[in-house]
Amino acid sequence: MSQGNEVQRYAANERWNHWLTAITFVLLAASGLAFFHPTFWSLSAVLGGGESSRMLHPIIGVVMFASFMIFAIQKFSDNVMRSYDWKWLGQIGDVLANRDDRLPAVGKYNAGQKLAYWAMLLTMLALMASGIIIWREYFSHMFAIDTLRLAALVHAVAGALLIITIIVHVYAAIWVKGTIGAMTKGTVSRAWAKHHHPLWYQSIDKR
Amino acid sequence: MATATTMNIVNRSATTAEMPIKSNPDIAVAKLIDESKCIGCKACQVACMQWNDNRDEIGSMVGVYDNPADLTTKSWTVMRFNEVERADGGLDWLIRKDGCMHCEDPGCLKACPAPGAIVKYENGIVDFVKDNCIGCGYCVAGCPFNIPRISKTDHKAYKCTLCSDRVAVGEGAACAKSCPTKAIRFGKKKDLVAWADQRVKDLKERGYQNAALYNPQGVGGTHVMYVLRHGDKPEAYNGLPSDPQISPTVGLWKGMTKSVLSWGMAAAVAVGIAHYFIKGPKTVDEKEV
Repeated sequence: MSQGNEVQRYAANERWNHWLTAITFVLLAASGLAFFHPTFWSLSAVLGGGESSRMLHPIIGVVMFASFMIFAIQKFSDNVMRSYDWKWLGQIGDVLANRDDRLPAVGKYNAGQKLAYWAMLLTMLALMASGIIIWREYFSHMFAIDTLRLAALVHAVAGALLIITIIVHVYAAIWVKGTIGAMTKGTVSRAWAKHHHPLWYQSIDKR
Repeated sequence: MATATTMNIVNRSATTAEMPIKSNPDIAVAKLIDESKCIGCKACQVACMQWNDNRDEIGSMVGVYDNPADLTTKSWTVMRFNEVERADGGLDWLIRKDGCMHCEDPGCLKACPAPGAIVKYENGIVDFVKDNCIGCGYCVAGCPFNIPRISKTDHKAYKCTLCSDRVAVGEGAACAKSCPTKAIRFGKKKDLVAWADQRVKDLKERGYQNAALYNPQGVGGTHVMYVLRHGDKPEAYNGLPSDPQISPTVGLWKGMTKSVLSWGMAAAVAVGIAHYFIKGPKTVDEKEV
């Protein structure tokens, strides 16, 4: 589990899957934004134009959903909110001001990461369900027109909320130095683990 | 008969640039369908097929005169036959020529995400531009009349064009030209509204107390209008909505949602960048262990 100055945070298969989710997300966000608002229409070029975006977006969506759900199931128990998470969240001002010494000890994920997890899980479920309904090629004919309209609205809202969540997620990885290695080489430094996730560090240090 | 009208575009799907939006009342065209004069001969369906070079697949008899049973990508107009029992025990045979209503405020255009795939001309005609259509089907969700159909072969949306290609050169709609009883008339909208008022008056004198012009204001009026003998219950005509409007769900989807959440995404990026410059990165002293 731990070697030298580094500790393992994500196994190779978890990292591979994470980047599959990430790449499919970028393709979906680009093509989805093109459908969402005319200002973003030029992003339809990412998938080769409007027609191929319309064709590929739902297929790529299924891949992202499957990939994310595997990750979400693996990380479910690590993301249940605990009492110290609520305390941590109450001190969000200290978190943002980098006054980390005042924060309560947290496990593998802090409350911010856990909330991002739940936001991603809920928006992905909403996107998949509504996405099926508005997938004209195979499914739309099975649904009533009011269901279709509601699904289109839900899909747009959930998609935008997911994009906002991912912006926060990516920013957190840039802001908190030493984090990105967890998803590239799979490890973080002992100091990073002990500083940001002391309860998790204790649990792996014993092993 | 209408004279040649300008085909200036006044509204265009998925376009943020300011446009006039409304048609020009001086040149706006319309089709008036006088249900009281319709004999259900389907000459209009044939003329539509012929002019637009559409050859639908041969369907099958479904037990009523409606043939084909529904609008398709190749049948842009369909006669709807309705047998309605009257309060006095008699039977009304109500026939309505169904097809695109060419709304002044088109729900299809509002819902469409592809720039220029749906346009509205200065003369009021709402047209699908095949080259720009991506086949997503959002127009289906936007339409209050259940009109657009998406092709299973070329994945494009189709509906009545109000013969925009004929109108551009001063001809009327093919269906109007073929109608043997002149139940379908094509011309300037203001002339046809005046003519319809006379027809309604005439029908009322003949005992149809509820005769009315169908030009629903919930969608800003339409460029295809009906004279209905039973104008108080348009639903009797195969579910013609009495007060059609763009669904509030579609309004929310294409209104507030679009702008508020676009700004929300931009704000998330801006706040992140600002935070990084104000508070700086979160670092760990590697000697902490």
